[in-house]
Amino acid sequence: MLQGNEAIVEGALQAGCRFFAGYPITPATEISEILSVKLPQVGGTFIQMEDEIASLGAVIGASLAGVKSMTATSGPGFSLMQENLGFAIIAEVPCVIVDVMRGGPSTGLPTSPSQSDVMQARWGTHGDHPIIVLTASTVRECYDITVQAFNLSEKFRNPVIILIDEVIAHMREKMVFPDQEEVEIFNRIKPTVPPEWYIPYEDTPRGVPAMANFGEGYRYHVTGLTHDIRGFPTSRTDEIGPFVARLHRKISQHFSEIQMAEYFQTEDAKITIIAYGCVARSAKRAVREAREKGIKVGLLNLITLWPFMRTAVEKVIQTSKVLIVPEMNMGQISREVKRVNPGVAKVLTLNKVDGTIITPPEILNRIMEVS
Amino acid sequence: MSEVTKLIHKYLRHQKKFPHVWCPGCGIGIMLGSLIRAIDRSGYEKDEIVLISGIGCSGRLPVYVDFNTLHTTHGRALTFATGVKLAKPSLKVIVVMGDGDAVAIGGNHFIHAARRNIDVTAIIVNNSIYGMTGGQHSPTTPYGMRSTTTGYWNIEQAFKISELAVTAGAVFVGRGTVYHAKLLDSLMEKAFLKPGFSVVEVIAHCHTQYGRVNRLGSAVEMMEWQRDHAVPVEKVLQMKPEELQDKIVIGVLVDKELPVYQNEYEKIRERAKGGMGG
Repeated sequence: MLQGNEAIVEGALQAGCRFFAGYPITPATEISEILSVKLPQVGGTFIQMEDEIASLGAVIGASLAGVKSMTATSGPGFSLMQENLGFAIIAEVPCVIVDVMRGGPSTGLPTSPSQSDVMQARWGTHGDHPIIVLTASTVRECYDITVQAFNLSEKFRNPVIILIDEVIAHMREKMVFPDQEEVEIFNRIKPTVPPEWYIPYEDTPRGVPAMANFGEGYRYHVTGLTHDIRGFPTSRTDEIGPFVARLHRKISQHFSEIQMAEYFQTEDAKITIIAYGCVARSAKRAVREAREKGIKVGLLNLITLWPFMRTAVEKVIQTSKVLIVPEMNMGQISREVKRVNPGVAKVLTLNKVDGTIITPPEILNRIMEVS
Repeated sequence: MSEVTKLIHKYLRHQKKFPHVWCPGCGIGIMLGSLIRAIDRSGYEKDEIVLISGIGCSGRLPVYVDFNTLHTTHGRALTFATGVKLAKPSLKVIVVMGDGDAVAIGGNHFIHAARRNIDVTAIIVNNSIYGMTGGQHSPTTPYGMRSTTTGYWNIEQAFKISELAVTAGAVFVGRGTVYHAKLLDSLMEKAFLKPGFSVVEVIAHCHTQYGRVNRLGSAVEMMEWQRDHAVPVEKVLQMKPEELQDKIVIGVLVDKELPVYQNEYEKIRERAKGGMGG
């Protein structure tokens, strides 16, 4: 029996994470506590920093030196990380940030479950930027998405956020580990050219330049300023535009490699529940019970929250003319569903922000109301 | 080829980015000269050096030199440095900050890097003002002086950066001025070769901002002020407190031994792997 936070640790170690810097915050502390024991066992490094700003700074530094790195926090700490998150995006430094959500704003609800950081994960740092955000509704998924998070961050040279709720983080359930040989691990692509030919921020067809680690003979400049292909600050409009466009393109042209979802009984569904995290568990139960009553209902369980999976919504609205989006926030994903819905489906919400979970009967009631 | 020409060819980046951003007469250029000479003398290879900065006039320094260079967020340079050093301890990590960077927005990181004894050298250019943003007062602006955000005069007391570093636990602390360039060379060389958290505070002038609003004259006049107000640390004991009031104490303020973080962590790794100590 493992809890979600423990599965994240196992996934991180399997993916090759060898550096963790963090600051204590419930409900994410187990990740720090376990890694403080396990990382030195595998030759890695754990350090508790003076705050969350410092934690992400250290993670970015370690990644630039060539070590896969991670931090873990909750909403208030994640707010402090937004500054350096933007740095990791503009400097294209792979790293993984776990946000175990609790109710907000501010100190909010330590530590009742919530899903209210969905938009913080998307837009928390300033400026136009791409981001990858993954979530999980089972302990095994926590493991899988953590491996995925490291793979995607290395592949696209972009921070990846693991956004889970407190229920999944602390819930214990049986989990079977995959065969180690079957777990696919992706490492950043290094330059193959000699240092004098290396162009650190070169535009490539994939949109992701090769990454040299510090100390390997490729001396180059890394900056949070908008930079040219050599990494030097620029204010030339003919360099700024293509650079910002490439940052977005490297993610947007690879949506199929990033976007993941589970479709549960959606093939013939007239009503589809769109949920994620612990709410998807309640929704699955509600779907089963509604099916027993003869109602054709399905579940779209989102695993990738950002970039938002427009194709999944388009798929379910082929049969479903009613979409129900239950969330433990005021409607952060339902707004996205409404945005991508071309007017063919009715989008209904079910929001709960009192620090308790959305139960199967609550979702079932909503289904009964509309069926 | 003269010595300086050799250093220019070896250490400055040829591809791009000259002329530099600093005002004519700025102290940062003198400090950069010391930095390069000290690195050259201390024997590190260019590939081994990671030069990290924060934000502000000093933050622009790494772009000009041919090392692994990292220009981070405001005040956070030491946190990035901590990650680089612990991930790859074979690298020599040098951080360049301004006074606002190091002891305002980055004050917390500064004292904790010192307390942990992370093996990093911090060079702090202290010009008593936020230069790049237009002359706002900083934590090292002296009491009673003017800035663009002390519309009347400054009513706050100034931080003494070196003394703060000593109290926070830095194993090497040296202070110099850009007038005393040769002293800076030797302080930096000592700091680079010292295991643990070492600090070199560089008293510099900002004639463009601080000097202008306080009518302190040109760059040359402000450097003459440094010359006239600097007291070598060896002479301090012979002086009365009132004589020291407007003086800058220069030289090596602390040089001591404490366990270095990465070496202590290596012991943790051995223990965790079931080796030494069990």
